[in-house]
Amino acid sequence: MVTEAQVWEALAEVPDPEIPVISVVDLGVVRGVRVEEGRVHVEFTPTFLGCPALEVMREQMAARIAELGAEAEVEVVLDDSWSTDKITPEGREKLREAGFAPPTPRGKATTLVQLQSNGFRCPYCGSRDTALENLFGPTPCRSLRYCRSCRQPFEQFKTI
Amino acid sequence: MSERAQLLLEIADDELILGWRDSEWTGIAPFLEEDVAFSSIAQNEIGHARALYELAARELGTTADELAFDRKPEEYRCSALVELRLPEWERTIARHVLYEQADAERLGRLKASDDAELAGLAAKIDREEVYHRLHAEMWAERLQDEPRYQAALEELQPLVDRRNGGSPELTALWEEMTSVRRSQPAGTTW
Repeated sequence: MVTEAQVWEALAEVPDPEIPVISVVDLGVVRGVRVEEGRVHVEFTPTFLGCPALEVMREQMAARIAELGAEAEVEVVLDDSWSTDKITPEGREKLREAGFAPPTPRGKATTLVQLQSNGFRCPYCGSRDTALENLFGPTPCRSLRYCRSCRQPFEQFKTI
Repeated sequence: MSERAQLLLEIADDELILGWRDSEWTGIAPFLEEDVAFSSIAQNEIGHARALYELAARELGTTADELAFDRKPEEYRCSALVELRLPEWERTIARHVLYEQADAERLGRLKASDDAELAGLAAKIDREEVYHRLHAEMWAERLQDEPRYQAALEELQPLVDRRNGGSPELTALWEEMTSVRRSQPAGTTW
């Protein structure tokens, strides 16, 4: 008989297909796990609604749970329960190590003045002397910034 | 069809058609940053359309794909603003600015709705739209003294609330958008 703890452990090994250093559990997109009569029910919410990794994540989670010998039902929840504040401290550290600046905490409304300011730290050298290059980047969740100190462009996880 | 389903289709159609129009800049935008920006915005808008169609589909007993692609052009409920093919940059930016303003007001109303499902999805969509609005704001500032941009705003403003369905522009886009899907027998699994 599979337990909820075993399911969480298994899901912690399912990587984000686009940023494989971080797992779906680190990302905070698994909103709940329930085991009823051997069936596993997972509630999962997309980061960005247009994220093409959505289906892949769903299939990989179901496949990983199947390896535990249980049948999985992965429900996509389209509510507002996820924000970048749900990324775990471990997840943020993994992002930084892989060269992605983790999202700044949500607080006041995001403004252009704020994004164009020096409040963002380069994940390579730690300098705050960085400039916004593009609000948009290679995937919906990332912006592009440039570090004037180490002259390295880097990807900044958007705060949403 | 319920008022709720009609409203969902109206917003979903706006986002789908605008997403297609924005994606027309992929590879041909005036510079690389904008190529990336409009491609990313297009991807977000089509993602929002998918989620909205899914809510409508649950109520109507169909699928998001069928709602997005298997209706006739005259059945779409999108704004005349998003239907136009706009290969001029100043007109594209004018549409972007006008659409984001109108969409922000609409999302504000939906977030306050008693319908928890609709309010929740609107709040999620709005988190992403913040970045579209910032992008529109940046361009509005850059082009504000440009007469061609001002003329485009004046030209396009009256289209925001016009919903005709079946215009020649939309029909031409629909032909393109659904051609691969229509080339296969109904019920094909993709």
